[in-house]
Amino acid sequence: MSNAASATMDGNEAVASVAYRSSEVIAIYPITPSSTMGELSDEWAAANKRNLWGNVPSVTEMQSEGGAAGAVHGALQGGSLATTFTASQGLLLMIPNMYKIAGELTPFVMHVTARTLATHALSIFGDHSDVMACRQTGFAMLCSGSVQEAHDLALVAHAATLETRVPFLHFFDGFRTSHEIAKINTLSDDVLKQMLSEEAIADHRRRALTPDAPQIRGTAQNPDVFFQCREACNLFYEACPSAVQDAMDKFALITGRQYKLFEYVGDPDAERVIVIMGSGAQTADQTVQRMHERFGEKLGVLKVRLFRPWSVKDFVNALPRTVKKIAVLDRTKEPGSVGEPLYQDVVTALREAREEGLILVEPSVIGGRYGLSSKEFTPAMVKAVFDELKKDKPKNHFTVGIVDDVTHTSLNFDPLFNVESADIFKAVFFGLGADGTVGANKNSIKIIGEETDNYAQGYFVYDSKKSGAITISHLRFGPRPIRSAYLIAHANFVAAHQFNFLEKYDVLDYAGLGGTFLLNSPMGADKIWDELPREVQQHLVEKRLKFYVIDAYKVAQETGMGVRINTIMQTCFFAISGVLPRDEAIAQIKKSIEKTYGKKGKDVVEKNFAAVDHTLAHLYKVEVPEQVTSNKWMPPIVSDAAPDFVKRVTAMMLANKGDLLPVSAFPIDGTWPMATTRWEKRNVASDIPVWDSSICIQCNKCAAVCPHAAIRAAVYPEECLSDAPISFKSNNYKAPDFKGFKYTIQVAPEDCTGCKLCVAVCPAKDKSNPKHKALDMTEQAPLRMQERDNFDFFLKLPEPDRTKIRIDVKGSQFMLPLFEYSGACSGCGETPYVKLLTQLFGDRSLIANATGCSSIYGGNLPTTPYCTNSEGRGPAWGNSLFEDNAEFGLGMRLSVNSNQEIATNLLNRLAPQIGETLVTAILAAAMDDEIGIAKQRERVRELRAKLATLASPDAIVLNQVADYLVRKNVWILGGDGWAYDIGYGGLDHVLSTGHDVNVLVLDTEVYSNTGGQASKSTPMGASAKFAVAGKSSPKKDLGLMAMAYGNVYVARIAMGAKDAQTVKAFTEAESYRGPSLIIAYSHCIAHGYDMAFGLEQQKIAVETGYWPLYRFDPRRVANGENALQIDSAPPKGSLLEFTKNETRFRMVERQDPQRFKQLMAANQEYTTRRLALYNELAKPPTNGTNGHGVTNGHGATKES
Amino acid sequence: MDLKTTYLGLKLDNPLVVGASPMVDDMSMVRRLEDSGASAIVMHSLFEEQITGEKFATIYHMELYAESYAEAMSYFPKNDEFALGPDQYLEQIRRIKAAVDIPVIGSLNGTTPGGFTNYAKQIEQAGADALELNLYSVAADPEESAAETEKRMIELVKSVTHAIEIPVAVKISPFFTALANFAYKLEEVGAEGLVMFNRFYQPDINIEALEVKPTIQLSEPSELLLRLRWTSILSRRVGMDLAVTGGVAGHREVIKSMMAGASVTQIVSALLRHGPEYLTRIKQDLINWMDENGYSTLGQMKGSMGLDRCPDPQAFERANYMRTLHSWTPQK
Repeated sequence: MSNAASATMDGNEAVASVAYRSSEVIAIYPITPSSTMGELSDEWAAANKRNLWGNVPSVTEMQSEGGAAGAVHGALQGGSLATTFTASQGLLLMIPNMYKIAGELTPFVMHVTARTLATHALSIFGDHSDVMACRQTGFAMLCSGSVQEAHDLALVAHAATLETRVPFLHFFDGFRTSHEIAKINTLSDDVLKQMLSEEAIADHRRRALTPDAPQIRGTAQNPDVFFQCREACNLFYEACPSAVQDAMDKFALITGRQYKLFEYVGDPDAERVIVIMGSGAQTADQTVQRMHERFGEKLGVLKVRLFRPWSVKDFVNALPRTVKKIAVLDRTKEPGSVGEPLYQDVVTALREAREEGLILVEPSVIGGRYGLSSKEFTPAMVKAVFDELKKDKPKNHFTVGIVDDVTHTSLNFDPLFNVESADIFKAVFFGLGADGTVGANKNSIKIIGEETDNYAQGYFVYDSKKSGAITISHLRFGPRPIRSAYLIAHANFVAAHQFNFLEKYDVLDYAGLGGTFLLNSPMGADKIWDELPREVQQHLVEKRLKFYVIDAYKVAQETGMGVRINTIMQTCFFAISGVLPRDEAIAQIKKSIEKTYGKKGKDVVEKNFAAVDHTLAHLYKVEVPEQVTSNKWMPPIVSDAAPDFVKRVTAMMLANKGDLLPVSAFPIDGTWPMATTRWEKRNVASDIPVWDSSICIQCNKCAAVCPHAAIRAAVYPEECLSDAPISFKSNNYKAPDFKGFKYTIQVAPEDCTGCKLCVAVCPAKDKSNPKHKALDMTEQAPLRMQERDNFDFFLKLPEPDRTKIRIDVKGSQFMLPLFEYSGACSGCGETPYVKLLTQLFGDRSLIANATGCSSIYGGNLPTTPYCTNSEGRGPAWGNSLFEDNAEFGLGMRLSVNSNQEIATNLLNRLAPQIGETLVTAILAAAMDDEIGIAKQRERVRELRAKLATLASPDAIVLNQVADYLVRKNVWILGGDGWAYDIGYGGLDHVLSTGHDVNVLVLDTEVYSNTGGQASKSTPMGASAKFAVAGKSSPKKDLGLMAMAYGNVYVARIAMGAKDAQTVKAFTEAESYRGPSLIIAYSHCIAHGYDMAFGLEQQKIAVETGYWPLYRFDPRRVANGENALQIDSAPPKGSLLEFTKNETRFRMVERQDPQRFKQLMAANQEYTTRRLALYNELAKPPTNGTNGHGVTNGHGATKES
Repeated sequence: MDLKTTYLGLKLDNPLVVGASPMVDDMSMVRRLEDSGASAIVMHSLFEEQITGEKFATIYHMELYAESYAEAMSYFPKNDEFALGPDQYLEQIRRIKAAVDIPVIGSLNGTTPGGFTNYAKQIEQAGADALELNLYSVAADPEESAAETEKRMIELVKSVTHAIEIPVAVKISPFFTALANFAYKLEEVGAEGLVMFNRFYQPDINIEALEVKPTIQLSEPSELLLRLRWTSILSRRVGMDLAVTGGVAGHREVIKSMMAGASVTQIVSALLRHGPEYLTRIKQDLINWMDENGYSTLGQMKGSMGLDRCPDPQAFERANYMRTLHSWTPQK
């Protein structure tokens, strides 16, 4: 009982703290929700934090989880103590090495935040589908159900693997445990040392591969011996469970916390028992206790901790002898199996136990599924399972937590059933990502957890959007450890940190009777009541809530805090919730401000102090009347004009009530409707651009750079204006291509995110007052209704004839974007490229999208941004995985080719019936431009009309594939993490095949989606996660590598620097009938500056030579020209002009100026050398050669 | 040849001080400057607003997107060592002090008394031998009178001289209605040196883009004349040591400054143009000139052409204006 220290932390930190200290070599790769463990390890190593043996572990980021597994395998062979962290698809990539590591009986622990595997859709949330895919690898599998358990069992795993030589997969629930913050008792170095056997470590080292005592491991074996050798490990697996129990017992002696392989809780004479693993076991445990107290029911829960190797003896011994019925709950689904894995093991174990005489009677067993993708698992659901067990014929293979109205597997449950005791204080906070609510709540948990005797728990629910994202924080405080692994209902305290949440969400549904409601409101206590929707008033009156308001933005502004209202709202929480004495709470808030910002300077601390001090004077109690008086109702979530699916399904998801939708509401195979973002009017911009037509020069740059397609340009005949709204603006179109037409720039006021890129790029200034441009940002609220009508009218304007549009920056913006209002960050640097792609070619594009930011803003529900034109055509979009996207896209191309070939063959075969003229015209069609495409579409229409008159099987098939006679393009999209790292092997191969695919790399130079980890694209001298001290190697030159093939079209572009070159590169890449690679500079929030300057920064990147622009077009060689053209001017100024504006570089400079200087000097030299190389390669060819380093451009035309 | 001089109580080998410039960021450059004969080094200015602005902007951009999205709790590595503030500057003072034997003068550019004294103390603690306060502010507020502006500046200087022990020099611009009076007031509140003059960034206008571009150009010898006039006027009228900065291109400008009454000259542009070793040449040229003209110590010429001693004092006051105008004829 030596250890009484406690701390508040999340599950990831609790585990990483043990793993780091117990390891010598750590190989990492980012994947949600495990990334934090790798990040912490890297940060600790960078800070020279030492492991148990006084050394700083080597922490290395690899190119994929497969790479990380290979690296730890090698390190283990070298006799080191190694670890890694992963989840989901990443874990799948480790499986081949897991077989090897286990087959070689190697002590090793990997820590896994159990996460859903992508099936019909990707999900980042938690369930056991990933770890269950490893149960056959030979790894021992140890499961933790809470932050404390994860901390403790991480150590048990490290100890047991050394004793047993069996490698361990230690897992805990993704998000529910990995991201839950809880107060735990921490393990000291001393405890770790006591648990880890030095002797076993020495044995491990002795088995290492070393030339000083060489051995061979990893032979190839034949039928004569492989089988016997495979069986030779049996003794180790037989001994493993008891060794794990020994480790648990030793741990109990040291810490006082006893764990069991199978841990039974509940009535010793229970007749009904639930068998379960992970965080759900906590909830089941809590429910059983309460049901026993309340109803006297004889119930029990068997928590499975060691899932592999499964010990039949320990399992049956843990069950009460009285048990008659067992329900096994699996957090995974294995379609087509007899039952899910835990269920199957329990059934088999009981059968074997009876056969062996360990038990006399087999209890009856049912199995069910719960909690997939972090679906809530509540006491009500636990009760439903026990109630089901009571029945004579309980439902087997049931589900709980959903309504399955199709195959009727689901159990009904009473959502009002509540087991939480009254001494737990529960608080729910609705905040915006940008207002710092979650950070403040994490801080409150630390204050209560670390400064009082209370226990604390925090869990946070995040938005699927990256701009204007909403967060919901669930905080519990109480005198005992908190075991509620589910969201809060009946809260004592509810806060809405934004007033407009009241219109969108049923915020007070979370409030319990007599609770407190805190609202950040621009209206004061005397005015607020009449502004509230009726639903909110109803909650306030019926639940007798205490009601407080504060104008937090006013306080923030007055104290120089900008939009950060976190400390202000936190102060209010402590002031009115009563969880701590007010003065003590304020002193603690200040203490933590000092701790957070102390290093950043006294002035920062003082500003935050001022915000705290000003808060209380602005906090007012509102007297809640006895009666509801409001005539205002919450507005409908989506417009009545929305399609049925959007109204029925999407709207529920948008209202945060997707849990209530039944199975029948959904598509069966993951196919999802297009164009649903347009129904989600998010209204996240406080200011929107307003157009002054009188000074506009009609360049359309604003529309081109808009990341959300929320500002658009149109050219249209004057007569269209006849029924225009009065405030709709237009001007005469100035260019000759649509002479006599009218021109309009229109903002989508409810879809704009207020990023200001359009205003930044606008070149049209008022000559007498250059501050005023053709676009100025103006407050949205007064303009919302007017501009909404204008935008509705705008959308009805006819599209201009695409065949007459000039393909340049301006012309491209008259084309309909088929990608709109995505959930990307405000000011995103990637989406303008994606949008441009859809404008130029989207009506005949297939898009293969690598997992990452672009797949999230491209396909994360509730709404999707890809849409169709008036003919119903648009980009067909698919996401396979992270690592395989180039191959996925190539497959799409091969299929298009195949369909095209089928169509061509049938066309030839049916030529006599169809008519030779039409067939010849179709087969010989040139489809290099919009005119060619339009003509071919017309011919295909004609063909279809003819086919309709033919009844032959050939004609039927040709009708099915006839559209493939119109040229399609395949775009392979992804970020630099995919293209430079995990997907590079595939990308390289796909480029080498010569097939007509177009690769668009949205290069943010960092793994943006998972939070800014370094990739091989990260520049030298920039700080990123996994490269805290600044990356020391230069950015990989992907373009140059692709050029080396000679037959790959390669372009490096930056829209903010030269948009004309961007458009040219897209059209050239698409028209090139071989592989094309476009590397697009994409500014990103992970660079650390105001995204409104993103385009300006792109310009500086190009001007300083940091990001040279070029196009390498193999077709030029045939004309005697060099394939490579440099499109940017020789550099002006130094790289520092570029780097000084970005936090990612400044962090390194601030931390170690000398190192920064060296890195920047090296980067400058690298940049200069690289430019010289490009210039050399771009030199005009001399007679008889095709130019430097360039093979001829033939061999690329596999597709036509 | 005796080139010794005293500035801010510091005994210097010669009057060739390296003025505030980015050269001090590079340690090898600092050593070359010392080797080339610099008698003291002024650090480049620590800009209070810049530090504060950068600090708040950095924190804002790092925190803005944190804790809002399930896959990314943050977008930057956690790094407690990543200090925001003058640490780097202070560290450089420490490094330079450790590397060279000549005095190091800190330089501070600020506008608020709180920030000013705070940073001044830190510069003192970092080991600076003296502090140069750069009163760089453009009096653009029509609500603030000249008297109020001056009062604010004087208060600012006072807050610093009272807060630290090391000597304080004040670097000013020439744009004062009553410069002599202002200098006198500076002395009253404890300034021990006056540096004339700082050079403002001069915004240029891009007439096509309708944009303002801040520019800074290296100084030219023609700029020296203004400095000479004011040095002569103030020489011996105030007790403060005077330093001339701006337009000191070679030994002749050094000599003129000394004769006008300066204790030292600050040289920057010439070194940026020709490299730190150019100091050696200026020094040698100075020695040669003194030798040729029969001077044995620098003290002999110091203030010889000050207002109270020069044979034609009116030249420094109003008469010079008319004389110069008349003598100026357009070049053909």
